Amino acid sequence: MSRKIGDVILDLQNISLRFGGVKALTDISFNVREHEVRAIIGPNGAGKSSMLNVINGVYHPQDGKILFRGQERKKMEPHMAAVQGISRTFQNIALFKGMSVLDNIMTGRTLKMKSNLLMQALWIGPARNEEIEHRRKVEEVIDFLEIQHIRKTPVGRLPYGLQKRVDLGRALAMEPQILLLDEPMAGMNVEEKQDMCRFILDVNDQFGTTIVLIEHDMGVVMDISDRVVVLDYGKKIGDGMPDDVRSNPEVIKAYLGVGH
Amino acid sequence: MIYRENGQFKTSYTADQQIFTIAQDKIFVLAVIAFAFIGIPFLVDEYLFRAILIPFLILALAALGVNLLVGYCGQITLGAGAFMAIGAYAAYNFFIRIDGMPLIVALLLGGLSSAGMGILFGIPSLRVRGLYLAVATLAAQFFCDWAFLRIQWFTNNSSSGSVSVSNLNVMGWSIESPVEKYLFCLTFLVVFALIAKNLTRAIIGRQWMAIRDMDVAAEVIGIRPMYAKLSAFAVSSFFVGVAGGLWGFVHLGSWEPAAFSVDRSFQLLFMVIIGGLGSILGSFFGAAFIVILPIFLNQFLPALGSFFGIAISTAAVSHAELIIFGSLIVFFLIVEPHGLARLWSIAKEKLRLWPFPH
Repeated sequence: MSRKIGDVILDLQNISLRFGGVKALTDISFNVREHEVRAIIGPNGAGKSSMLNVINGVYHPQDGKILFRGQERKKMEPHMAAVQGISRTFQNIALFKGMSVLDNIMTGRTLKMKSNLLMQALWIGPARNEEIEHRRKVEEVIDFLEIQHIRKTPVGRLPYGLQKRVDLGRALAMEPQILLLDEPMAGMNVEEKQDMCRFILDVNDQFGTTIVLIEHDMGVVMDISDRVVVLDYGKKIGDGMPDDVRSNPEVIKAYLGVGH
Repeated sequence: MIYRENGQFKTSYTADQQIFTIAQDKIFVLAVIAFAFIGIPFLVDEYLFRAILIPFLILALAALGVNLLVGYCGQITLGAGAFMAIGAYAAYNFFIRIDGMPLIVALLLGGLSSAGMGILFGIPSLRVRGLYLAVATLAAQFFCDWAFLRIQWFTNNSSSGSVSVSNLNVMGWSIESPVEKYLFCLTFLVVFALIAKNLTRAIIGRQWMAIRDMDVAAEVIGIRPMYAKLSAFAVSSFFVGVAGGLWGFVHLGSWEPAAFSVDRSFQLLFMVIIGGLGSILGSFFGAAFIVILPIFLNQFLPALGSFFGIAISTAAVSHAELIIFGSLIVFFLIVEPHGLARLWSIAKEKLRLWPFPH
């Protein structure tokens, strides 16, 4: 691949997250480099989704530091993560069911639209121009994901695979620097998975977007990711190139159990 | 076959983002508006204006406001009557306390006061939702009932507790006869409906709907729930407040707090649910259903009775009216829980294909 992996963009140091007495994450450190595809894997309940929620500010870890581009992040709200350029998709599709595909993806542009309420109410000047200009950007995303034919359909009526694609489109419309994908291929058939892999690699390749990905399909993870971090019971048990991780005895133990 | 968008191609995003993308729709709506302005004043008698059309227009405006909040932003409210009252009383105070205050400015200032109170009473929505929020907004209702009854200043120390306005005029054009009142309210409704449509197709409308459909995802995308929810409360209360001002000034002329009781709040909420949540058109359908149906039943039942040779007493009519009205609401909610607006859109979809099955 032509893209070049850059410096560390996101550095997580000694993150611990507890819900009451339940330790979801314990002392986890890893980093994400610019332009790379970073996978987080682990058995069910390992804390992968919690990790993503920590990164984009939905959960606040009790201990540890998060450095974004070398700057320490204070306690933050999800919308501030969005301002910094972190967007995500969801494990259980979290689209806006009552809205069309177009409107769903347009919401991804919210932060970039500046016109005030009065102008929107009267549909004049800046508000109107802005709407057209962002529509153009959104149409680029729609073209990229090959969903032109469903742009006016309410997302509630779409099949699962397409909904996943719209979810990705909404995240892409934000033009993120870091894209967090929570099981983008769960529940898909082989062809849909291939499509999704292609989109992910294209995003990474064309826009240089850094990707952090949770996935259960080992074949996919080993193929598309540059580095893999493995979690089990909220602890980090492996970190490195896909091949190293695959031969790590700890990881084999976590996935296959003891005695093999 | 009649209703087709065949051959109507769009070559720019501007064309694709119009309110009515299908030419027939646009022509139909413009024709309805033109008929309402030009045709109806010549066709309808005074009773119909006073009993049906003016209440319908004003309540449709209020329902539109409630729909922005409940239907688009998903924040349930039982305080709509209170915001009508705030709009009416604030407009009244602006109107009588400031010399030479123009009527329209007074009404809009009433709406703004209502918007301010809407933001205040919308604050609980940041923490509670659903039924709990409905109960919290009831607080607005009871507070206003109390305030306008007990605080003499609001009613300009009137001894009876009721207030009245007279000599309404807009730049020399007096608003006295039912036709003038009708045209005045109709202008307000058309302008506000356009504003509502613009808001719902702009960023703010998408933010409201995003909060309604999936608030966690909305927040992750960069939508601030506080801004989205409170702006919905403000805009909705503004609409409802202006409607309240019209109700007091134009429809009633003189009124007391009971005109904006909790019954009114429920009535507006029912209009929105029956008409269709999250639909501008639905607000009109709902208002029409709730305003016209009781009157229709009132007129229709005695006629039906005499047709079969039975004389129905007035008391029996009013009881039957409530029974039939209630059962019709239940019937519509079972047949089409998404409201009359959904029935309308299904009909349109069928018309596009008719007479072919696909």
